[in-house]
Amino acid sequence: MLRIDALNAIYPLLEERIVVTIMGAVSAELQSIGHRPGFFYLQHAMGLASSMGLGIALARPDLNVIVLDGDGSILMNAGGLTTMARYRPDNLLHIVFDNESLLSVGGFPTATATGSDIEGMAAAAGIPRTSTVRSIDEFTEAVGAALEAREMTTIVAKVDAIGPKAFLTDLPLLENRFQFARHLRGTGDRQ
Amino acid sequence: MPVSTTSSQLIYDSLKANGTRLLSALPETWLVHLIRMAEDDPDMTLVRLAKEEEGVGISAGAHLAGVKSAMLMQNHGFLASINGIVSLAHLYHIPLLMLISYRGEFGELDPWQTQGGGVTLPLLDSLGIPYDRLDDPSHVTRRIHKAQSLADAALKPVALLLCRDLMWEEAT
Repeated sequence: MLRIDALNAIYPLLEERIVVTIMGAVSAELQSIGHRPGFFYLQHAMGLASSMGLGIALARPDLNVIVLDGDGSILMNAGGLTTMARYRPDNLLHIVFDNESLLSVGGFPTATATGSDIEGMAAAAGIPRTSTVRSIDEFTEAVGAALEAREMTTIVAKVDAIGPKAFLTDLPLLENRFQFARHLRGTGDRQ
Repeated sequence: MPVSTTSSQLIYDSLKANGTRLLSALPETWLVHLIRMAEDDPDMTLVRLAKEEEGVGISAGAHLAGVKSAMLMQNHGFLASINGIVSLAHLYHIPLLMLISYRGEFGELDPWQTQGGGVTLPLLDSLGIPYDRLDDPSHVTRRIHKAQSLADAALKPVALLLCRDLMWEEAT
């Protein structure tokens, strides 16, 4: 499964929600499909996108928050899985695109390439709903079901280690930051 | 445990008066009362962390979502948070109020706290983080208010150092 196809498949579900992504390929691909004021791309601070999503979800139970994480990023903040599990806000969906690789910095393998299991880690941390998916259909269904379930979910989507040619987009970091904050403060329409 | 309940209450009340609605924390001895107060307060969201750097992400999310927050941590937790401070709070102009228990300064009895104590101020300086000391009850409310004001006006992290003279009641 290609991440860009997976993103395209769930884009209608992301469009009106609050989305926090990690840096690199995920950010560039989502922007290539279409930026929305409710999308925030954390272009550094590797590992903290999931913590940011948790912060938004806990601060604002009226918002639906989706984190688009990666294997390298969540491994860098593995303890954060236990914090998400501890509070398990029902308005938080945690999606991990696992390409078993640090794609944005040379494609070196992460530990998931040698068997570390992020879904297993999430489940063992106490995340109430977890799954691993390998096809677009499975992925779309899992995301739809998680949003219906209203229970904190981690979905690990196994994807190919293929990304866009460039990671830099024409959206400056601070423009994204202020637009996102203004959007969050002016919205509260939990679907 | 000779951690000052009175000073902890004063700090907690000042944070509340400032509009703080979310606290992230990792326990350390001087913070026990503050954490209990947050735990017992139905109007406060307490987020217990596995590692302090998560708190930078949580506070950044809360801020963008319009909710005031603060981080409670030991200075070693500040050391553990530095990448998040630089590559999230500084990079994205996030007002971040950090209350840091300043272990390892004059009066410290625990040998293991002394190395972190020695590097805390030079690191705050080199990161360009404005800071002040909380070492006497008379200025706690005012300094917390001023720290929050600067963080909000400058959109950047600020630190308040919870000092031994305020937090610890020596046996007499």
